[in-house]
Amino acid sequence: MKSMEVVRLSEEAELKTFTRGLLERSPAQQTEVMVTEWDSALTRFANNGIHQNVAERNVSVRVRVVKDGKTGVASINQLNETAAADVLKRAVAIADLQPRSEVVPMPDPARAKPVEAWSDATAAATPEERADFVETVCAKAGRVGLKAFGAFSTSAGQFAIANSLGVYHHQRSTQATVNSVVMGDAGSGYADRGAIDVRELDKDQLAEEVIDKAQRNQNAQPVEPGVYEVVLEEYAVAEMLEFMSFMGFGALAVQEERSFMRLGEKITGDHVSIWDDGLDRTGIPSSFDFEGVPKQRVALITDGVASGLVYDMQTATRAGRQSTGHGLPAPNTEGPFAVNLFMKPGSAAKADLVRDIKRGIWVTRFWYVRVVHPKASIITGMTREGTFLIENGRITRPVKDLRFTQSILEALNGTLALTASTKLQVSEYLGASRVPAVRLKAFDFTS
Amino acid sequence: MKDLAEAALNAAQVKGASYADVRLDEHVTQDIIVKNGQLAAVSDDASEGFGVRVIVDGAWGFAGSARLDKAEVEQVVDRAIRIARASARVRSAPVDLGPPVTSRGHYRTPIERDPFAVPLTEKVDLLLRADAAMGAVKGVTIREGSMEFIRQAKLFASTEGAFIEQELFESGAGIEATATSPDEVQNRSYPNSFGRHQGSSGYEYITALELDRHGGRIAEESVALLTAPQCPSGVKTLILDASQTALQIHESCGHPTELDRVFGMEAAYAGTSFMTPEKLNHLQYGSPKVTITADALTPTGLGTFGWDDEGIPAQRTFLIKNGLFVGYLTSRETASVLGQQSNGTMRADGWNRIPLIRMTNVNLEPGDSSLEQMIAETKDGVYMETNRSWSIDDKRLNFQFGTQLAFEIIDGKRGRMLKNATYAGITPEFWNSCDAVAGRPEWRVWGLANCGKGQPPQVAHVAHGAAPARFQHVKVGILK
Repeated sequence: MKSMEVVRLSEEAELKTFTRGLLERSPAQQTEVMVTEWDSALTRFANNGIHQNVAERNVSVRVRVVKDGKTGVASINQLNETAAADVLKRAVAIADLQPRSEVVPMPDPARAKPVEAWSDATAAATPEERADFVETVCAKAGRVGLKAFGAFSTSAGQFAIANSLGVYHHQRSTQATVNSVVMGDAGSGYADRGAIDVRELDKDQLAEEVIDKAQRNQNAQPVEPGVYEVVLEEYAVAEMLEFMSFMGFGALAVQEERSFMRLGEKITGDHVSIWDDGLDRTGIPSSFDFEGVPKQRVALITDGVASGLVYDMQTATRAGRQSTGHGLPAPNTEGPFAVNLFMKPGSAAKADLVRDIKRGIWVTRFWYVRVVHPKASIITGMTREGTFLIENGRITRPVKDLRFTQSILEALNGTLALTASTKLQVSEYLGASRVPAVRLKAFDFTS
Repeated sequence: MKDLAEAALNAAQVKGASYADVRLDEHVTQDIIVKNGQLAAVSDDASEGFGVRVIVDGAWGFAGSARLDKAEVEQVVDRAIRIARASARVRSAPVDLGPPVTSRGHYRTPIERDPFAVPLTEKVDLLLRADAAMGAVKGVTIREGSMEFIRQAKLFASTEGAFIEQELFESGAGIEATATSPDEVQNRSYPNSFGRHQGSSGYEYITALELDRHGGRIAEESVALLTAPQCPSGVKTLILDASQTALQIHESCGHPTELDRVFGMEAAYAGTSFMTPEKLNHLQYGSPKVTITADALTPTGLGTFGWDDEGIPAQRTFLIKNGLFVGYLTSRETASVLGQQSNGTMRADGWNRIPLIRMTNVNLEPGDSSLEQMIAETKDGVYMETNRSWSIDDKRLNFQFGTQLAFEIIDGKRGRMLKNATYAGITPEFWNSCDAVAGRPEWRVWGLANCGKGQPPQVAHVAHGAAPARFQHVKVGILK
């Protein structure tokens, strides 16, 4: 049965031939072809049983042409000669029908450092293996009178990009992620994991964490809103970094004067260093971006000072510099995006973060975070599945979830400690972050 | 297409499925963005494929593929069956879909002008005119306008005998002006935020928006907001414009009445709901002014169709009647748990996803007031317009919203413009404080094309009929 389930992806040689053929056929001055192919599956569970279980095989062929100073983009989800002709024709027709506009330049060829992002085990994961994993979590929760919910996914894919200036890059990748909420009658816990290799996801360890959290988070009582010292677990820290990236790490946000980044100025506490590195194998690496530019490491905040931005071809051209390899697929009006984030760890043990806190709040994760004021880096959201009161250096009791409305920069300005260990958080959208847990001096819970 | 559908259903039955359905879907989307006087993006995206959903041994399996040939159909059915068997090893109660559904027919969105037949130049010209109107206002730093057009042809067939073909259209457009200062970013958009206003309609929907007439006004407002006073903190009377009322309905009534959330089926992602079954017909959700329906028949609504993705006909049902919680949004599987029949809200966002319970057009029925009357009756309040930020907890109780624009209301009159306006509350307390809803002349259907749910994630296009509404004793000005 195993061999049946091995993902079905095209050979790289087929993609190369396909992209080359399309480029040769194009009547435009410049043409770019991007092919993304994936085979993915996801097993979802609720109330200690699987309730949804899905798989898909899909492909995307995206073509950008620049003709007479005009750009057209079209896509199709078929990988054959007829589709190639159709998508090229549509892209050219769009270009022909429009006025001349600013053209986003295509990059010249440059060597991309290969990264290893593939696992045969993940690519070969079967529905039975996913069910076994889920069964373990559900059984362990059931044995202590709790109910497990969650999703376990495995996926494999490949991405190729080529342009008429000679760029060609190809990368295969796999990803396995699992998240779980475990509920009792009066509270719940949360845990998740992500990896390139599915064998790194330890079902017993995941179950132990989420069940322990759920058991400790029963019968939470309200606590007065206000400003508290906090410990944020890695789940919350990663989400905060993602929002920083969304609001301000991209060059376009700075060029449009809507970013909180003030280059060269101190914007957070000394202990805070954040960078983007698509080549770091401890993240979810990728060697080039969606414009075919090799990834560069970019220091974003160094020892509290705003030190750099990520660029794509358009913003780099406007700034008279090179792209850092952070472009998104065309057409893109949102600008470049940092998707391989890292936060420098500290030296603390996680359990010691509460030490010396007289009265504070322990936050497992955030929920429904939204931007309130981008320039001031203010976000709002709720805590969820594990919010605890810290009193006199120890966690004393669970508290009802709280809403926060808080400037991220102000919060990080009060960074008191970071853990030595870090956790990989795979983004719900794109990329991943590797972050420590942190202790912050002040965090504003507004209701 | 019909041949492939029949092949899939036959194969599923032969291989042991007690129930199977197949959806074939062909989707074309055109997006146009004009930014700062330049045509910044035009794209034309096409996707097609099929998905097969089966029940084997009382458990679900689903697989989909972009390859449309009979050999692939066999492989995909095999995969769905195998997945269902794996589900059955760890299932709770066997799936019960209730009575069989044998709908047959064809539906097409009523349109006057096919948006895909409108020349690109006409669309771009309109966006450039609106852009120029915004650009004429000094102090605007970012101008953006966009349009989106969707045509979806889909076929649904099941082993129970249902066979449905639908051709659905959407048209949407919007503009936004942003002004910045060293400390502020202020934006104003028309007709709505989230990029644009969208409806199940043809190009006539775009023409009616008159984008170019509104560019100057929103640009001036965005610049004025930079120097406007901050929205004060306090407990006040709050009046919401129709578009913000629509989002309030979406987050605090639409989502919590989704019966899959209530049963924990979304617990690990989007969350659950405070509107649990024992509250049905007992919870005074809102004041008697509040009646909310789920109406998949509303003209131009993004939740308007012929049948849902389980073959249930489009219909209108009550969720809240005169303030009382009386109904859920349901699927065949969840309705049967309550001894009900589905009210037709299952939709998938493409061939490669299973249908989930999604809002259709969840509408606050019009009242008998008007915006001007509400303002005239208010001694100390704030009027807020057009969403800027939105957040609500996983049970849909604790919410906080921000709007782009606000005005103070003092002694029945509109006062100063206010910036960075926010308000917060708890769902039933908030809706029970509703003491006025504007009438039919100010009632409008607002499309939301960014409703996320499910794992793997899906984005639904839904809508809300809403009019301006007034709420008492609301906490405003969270941002100090």
